[in-house]
Amino acid sequence: MILEVDALRSGYGRIPILAGVTLSVAEGEFLGVLGHNGMGKTTLMNTLMGHLPATGGTVRFKGQDVTQQPAHTRALAGLGLVPQGRQIFPDLTVQENLRMGMAGSKTEDLELLDDILGLFPRLQRLLDRRGGALSGGEQQLLALARCLCAQPKLMLLDEPTEGIQPSILEEIVDTLKALRERGLSLVLVEQNLEFIAALSGRVLIIQKGMITGELSPQELKNPETVAEFVGMTTA
Amino acid sequence: MDIAIIVGLDVVSGIASLVLISAGLAVIFGMMKIINLAHGEFLMLGAYATVLSVSAGVNIWIAMLVIAPVFVGLVGVIVERCLIRFLYGRLVDSMLATWGLSLVIVGGTTMIFGNTIVGVSSPLGGFQVGAYQSSLYTPFLALMALLLMTAVFVVMRYTRAGLIARAVMQNPDMAATLGVNPARVYMATFGIGAAMSGLAGGLLAPIAGVVPTMGAAFIAKAFITVVGGGTSILWGLISASGLFGFINQIAAFLTTPVFGEVILFIAAVILIRMLPTGISGRFFKGRL
Repeated sequence: MILEVDALRSGYGRIPILAGVTLSVAEGEFLGVLGHNGMGKTTLMNTLMGHLPATGGTVRFKGQDVTQQPAHTRALAGLGLVPQGRQIFPDLTVQENLRMGMAGSKTEDLELLDDILGLFPRLQRLLDRRGGALSGGEQQLLALARCLCAQPKLMLLDEPTEGIQPSILEEIVDTLKALRERGLSLVLVEQNLEFIAALSGRVLIIQKGMITGELSPQELKNPETVAEFVGMTTA
Repeated sequence: MDIAIIVGLDVVSGIASLVLISAGLAVIFGMMKIINLAHGEFLMLGAYATVLSVSAGVNIWIAMLVIAPVFVGLVGVIVERCLIRFLYGRLVDSMLATWGLSLVIVGGTTMIFGNTIVGVSSPLGGFQVGAYQSSLYTPFLALMALLLMTAVFVVMRYTRAGLIARAVMQNPDMAATLGVNPARVYMATFGIGAAMSGLAGGLLAPIAGVVPTMGAAFIAKAFITVVGGGTSILWGLISASGLFGFINQIAAFLTTPVFGEVILFIAAVILIRMLPTGISGRFFKGRL
């Protein structure tokens, strides 16, 4: 197991959001977490990354207990986060944003940069553009590419479909599938059923800060099952 | 003609001194939104480091350009570790704490060295412009200000450390997500800002009266320059120093040096009223 989360609790100030999340991710697995707005998806991601302190439970990454470690230590250990809203550095160029992906390593590996740009051809001609001047979809691609520049073992992907045109979504699905071949593991939180079904090997349901069920991607295609579990419709 | 050259030199000198005395404050404010009210005392410590080194027999250039910035830089790192790092994101608290720190530094220095003026003589001679005499130290200060700004630009724009510093400035959490420890970047930045203040203090030692309370004479000017310039470290600093230095020297020439200062502060108040986020908040948004 690359990631083992046990009874994880967290929240903002005195407001609890996660009420004991337990899940695990195998090496090379793509795990989906499906839930409505406000169910704790982003809080889960931020707590896993170390931006929010855990108020209970444990997070083990590659067998190590990282519950008390700060975000940058987890990043150096091989945990990557593509955050909600993408968090592109607006006043850095696309190239500089990508170079920041390598900020944790001793030297900048320009071959790696070329390799990753090969996966995202759309970014090639934007290298000198300011990050803040990109469209939402381009920013999402850049956020993914930047995360990959850090060569993570496990990528946490927070609602990548938010505000993105469908053509780029397909590109993202294809790219991530290609990365699975290279041994990347992924935790994806989403509310877009089609996207999560296309990528995930299994899908957990999060409700009110707890994992309340598990579905296979096939079951996601059945609107009645989904409605029963999450109260979501495919429409 | 001669008088024009002399006034021109005064303007250049006024701008250069503003750049030098404000640079450290600008770096610390621009990068971390900490207003360091002990900035004047950092200048003073740089000046003392220079004067004491020279009287101990050290070459004045080494004292000004090496010992002063290194010493004050180290002081800065210690201050950051012991005080500032608990205050990020708390603007008012940080102002109060650094003001307290400034009192401690002034008190400590007075206790050790006494409340008397010490000094070093200017290492460069003078030169003649027609009937007027001017000091070679003025163009030297301008050169140092230019070098300092160029160094800041090159480091921030072209080095990896500069890239990381800019990224942390824009989004510290995201930088941490990519493996950068923002606390270390803050510590280094505060140290570098302090070292720049130390350098300025060292350079001012030959032309200013070096007393424990000398910082008070500079903090107000440095403060309005940084606030007038806004958060863009380089362009804010250059534009505000250029504007205020010019106004100050021309006003001093047309009236008296005392009125020159008054007019400078009035100009600053008007500027900040019109551009609350500073010159760079309006014209150089997102630039270095």
